[in-house]
Amino acid sequence: MIRLLMTLLAGLLLGGLVHLVSVLALPRIASRDAYSRLSQMTTVNTVRPLPTTDPDNAPIPFLDPGFAMAVCRYDLSSGPIKLTVPVSPSYTSVSFYTHDDLAYYAINDRSAGRRVIELDLMTEAQHAALPEDEEVTAADRLIVDSPTPTGLIVLKALAAEPGLRPQAEAALAAATCKVQTEPAAKPSEASGAKS
Amino acid sequence: MRLILTTALILIVATVVGLGATWMTATRGTDFGTLTIGAWTAQPRIGTTEINPYARATVIRSGELPLGAGDGIAFIATADDDKKPLDGRCDVTVSGITPPARFWTLTVYDMKGHLVANALQRYGFTSAEIVRSADGSFAIRLAPRARAGNWLPTGGIERYQLMLRLYDTPVGIGTRTQRDAPMPSIATVNCP
Repeated sequence: MIRLLMTLLAGLLLGGLVHLVSVLALPRIASRDAYSRLSQMTTVNTVRPLPTTDPDNAPIPFLDPGFAMAVCRYDLSSGPIKLTVPVSPSYTSVSFYTHDDLAYYAINDRSAGRRVIELDLMTEAQHAALPEDEEVTAADRLIVDSPTPTGLIVLKALAAEPGLRPQAEAALAAATCKVQTEPAAKPSEASGAKS
Repeated sequence: MRLILTTALILIVATVVGLGATWMTATRGTDFGTLTIGAWTAQPRIGTTEINPYARATVIRSGELPLGAGDGIAFIATADDDKKPLDGRCDVTVSGITPPARFWTLTVYDMKGHLVANALQRYGFTSAEIVRSADGSFAIRLAPRARAGNWLPTGGIERYQLMLRLYDTPVGIGTRTQRDAPMPSIATVNCP
């Protein structure tokens, strides 16, 4: 009897270990996560609009139907990315996710503080390799550090009323996400604040 | 023989307990780091790099992308203020005021996070769309059939959930109580 109890106890302890390992390993082995789902409908380093969310057609669950959305799946291996998003009339935001769906940075039009959200996305190594420039000007260039070389940028523009959707979609249609051709000049140190 | 049986039993118990617990927590979520105000719950750290491993597992498994903390915060309700599960065949009101935010949206989802089909193709409201009373408060009525005022169709489904998202808001990691974030109340008023 005691032997059986000891066996069960050992099983429980080992089960706890299995549980911890499997929870921590899940982000690495999952194949139906948001990044995998959106990969099929996006092109690397290009802004792609998402179709309007409706009951039969949602690439991922829990999307907000009040927003026009677009996704840029990025790959920084060939250099930093420059992202430009014109601000739509009501509310615009840009959110960054690693390839395992960790939300590491997000900014909205008001905190960006102008008519166009402009920023440079790079890996920490690329950021460190930027040429030091003495004339570091005001925070006219926002630099975001990506923890992983690949990931997702989600662009959202609110259609506060259904009639405003075309304007929101137009703002996102004019957004770009491209590998920088020339080296970043005069970067300021407004780097990826943890948000 | 006895050693083999004992080892096999240990391994079976370990697999069932370990993977079962992982499946449960990744599917239903856990209470670690949740903020509960009335019928609403949020996970303020889900949109940050400080997200806990359980919330991460839930996010990965469901395939959603959580709101980044610099964008906003999402509150979810699956039951009314009296803990009665939200039933799409009943009339439910969501009324009161919302915490400070530049915009908010209220959306009806089924239990898997899909929008609920209806003839009007109305899946939610934004804060700019609803009719308010003179003091700025509002009442939204969720019902299977058309109602006067701010009507959100439920499609008559058995169980649904409401998500209230606040965009550009001070509500977040520092928020603790109803005083910091006055969430609207949810009441089932009429059930056939």
